[in-house]
Amino acid sequence: MGLAGYLIVAAILFALGIACTVARKNVIYVLMGIELILNAANLNLVAFSRFVGGLDGQIFAIFSIILAAAEAAVALAIVLNVFGLFDSIRPDDPDLMKE
Amino acid sequence: MLSDYAPLLLLLALAAAFVVGNLVISEVLGRPKPGVGKKTVYECGMPIRGTARARFSVHYYLLALLFILFDVEAAFLLPWAAHAEELGKAGLVAMGGFAVVLVVGLLYVMRKKALEWDR
Amino acid sequence: MELLFFLLFAGLAIAGAVATVWMRYVVHSAFALMGTFLGVAGLYVLLGADFLAITQILIYVGGILVLILFGIMLTPPDRTERNAKRVIGFSASLVAIALFLAVQIGSVVRWAEKSNLEAPKATAAPIGRELLRPDGYLIPFELVSVVLLVALIGSVFIARRRKAVRVDDSSTAAILAERGTLQQKAGA
Repeated sequence: MGLAGYLIVAAILFALGIACTVARKNVIYVLMGIELILNAANLNLVAFSRFVGGLDGQIFAIFSIILAAAEAAVALAIVLNVFGLFDSIRPDDPDLMKE
Repeated sequence: MLSDYAPLLLLLALAAAFVVGNLVISEVLGRPKPGVGKKTVYECGMPIRGTARARFSVHYYLLALLFILFDVEAAFLLPWAAHAEELGKAGLVAMGGFAVVLVVGLLYVMRKKALEWDR
Repeated sequence: MELLFFLLFAGLAIAGAVATVWMRYVVHSAFALMGTFLGVAGLYVLLGADFLAITQILIYVGGILVLILFGIMLTPPDRTERNAKRVIGFSASLVAIALFLAVQIGSVVRWAEKSNLEAPKATAAPIGRELLRPDGYLIPFELVSVVLLVALIGSVFIARRRKAVRVDDSSTAAILAERGTLQQKAGA
């Protein structure tokens, strides 16, 4: 299966990640959609690294995975704080700064 | 190189077959013995009170958070540890710097008593 | 043979992603996400990135997924998911996905001829060497340790226990009290 197959799978995962972030009224889905998007990007990187040569794509993907872990940790801490204050998980609810 | 994974694939297939096989065999060969108590939720033998939703303490989250950040450090230690000798002193210094920065983080966590559950 | 495994892992990844978006309960979506992570790890193995596949399972399934499950456990359940709005949101997303995929596949077809066909080798040792070479990726590697330290300190600080919820602004406190969601959390 050539490069195109992996790129198509990555594109589908990316689009589903965006759908998950946008179309569900739950902040946990936003986090899961972001992880799907990051996975799609990593798959792209590794596919190009394999088919065009070099190890750089895999190292980039390793750094991306590590930083995704750090970002998930901080994002969850913020979610627990903010959405615990409003006692809700809908992303629309913290709207105190709206006019 | 992909054929090196054949034993791993065999192991996965055997594990899956074992699990599925046991479930199927017990379903097919076992005699059905329905009882009223078997379909209810188990709460240590007591009658059920309230919902499953309880106030969980934030210490569970802190535990998962610290686990993931040090797991990430372990994932970076793996490629160095696999070939530490051929990476030599320079590799040890570089990896040591990385580990020292995260040890500072561990000292912060211990100082802030984030891992103690009694408070 | 390789095509069969590619279809298997790609199918697992995509089915997991679809299930993540579609499932009714958050916990089911989280486990479907685990299926996606495992499928992507399998694709990494097919691409010859064996160390990356192990790291993916270790960190994504063993770390981030656990973190998401803890988040589901610690946040209040959603009681007001209305079905009609969900259908509109999904249809809009599907239209967006179709357009996006059309653009992607159109641009991907140009790359179809590029294929470096040498067999992949084991990658843990070369990656270790690359990461620690001074003219390789040593500086990003040390910077990542600082990023992890910052994430550690920041998250522990944000998630620390407090005596009571400190709402600094009196008008904010008034609005939250009126909504009935201002909670006084008793300290230890």
